Amino acid sequence: MTLTEIAITKTIDARGMACPGPLMTLIGAIRAGAVGDTFAVVSSDAGSRTDIPAWTAKAKHELVDVQPGDGYSTFIVRKAR
Amino acid sequence: MNEPEQPLSLVLFSGTDDRLGAAAILATGAAAMGRPVNVFLQYWALDAFRRGKVTAWHGAAPEAGASGAGLVRTGQEGPRHWSELFRQAKDIGDVKIHACALSMELFEITTDDLDPLVDDVEGVAAFMSDATTGPITFI
Repeated sequence: MTLTEIAITKTIDARGMACPGPLMTLIGAIRAGAVGDTFAVVSSDAGSRTDIPAWTAKAKHELVDVQPGDGYSTFIVRKAR
Repeated sequence: MNEPEQPLSLVLFSGTDDRLGAAAILATGAAAMGRPVNVFLQYWALDAFRRGKVTAWHGAAPEAGASGAGLVRTGQEGPRHWSELFRQAKDIGDVKIHACALSMELFEITTDDLDPLVDDVEGVAAFMSDATTGPITFI
């Protein structure tokens, strides 16, 4: 799946933000969003690789995709409830 | 996140910025994952939560040495400061910060002297009650 196939509600460029900044920014966006909204979080923080999937599963949202980049990853998360 | 979660209970004793930073990270992660967090401030940690003194430089733990202190200072800049992490943790979860009644007396601190991050003053038995049967971590 590529970014172009997924309708992204909002892209959050959290590159350069230290752990747990990208996750906290995602949590804020999910809270403020509506069910079905899809967020792309771009993070260079190594902690995000474990934290964003762990939080998404725990909070019962949907991790649509993780796309590796050069020195960063993009996490696509859909607000499910 | 409907099932009840075991609380994370942290006793903060040390008032250095690295230890407070490590504690703030734990509190933030627990809050994000839906666990209630109880923080009990004693001695130097309580002193670091004085109103107007929170973002001052509180030094680093002895193991940091001279070079490590610079690293700690950089790691606490701006939005990465431990007080900001505690604020975010409180924003997303059930995080309570209690001042130890005995330490308040010892340091002659009144509630007016404390940063608004601190919720209340508690005795040790009340903190144990908050901790339920969950583990208590001393930092």
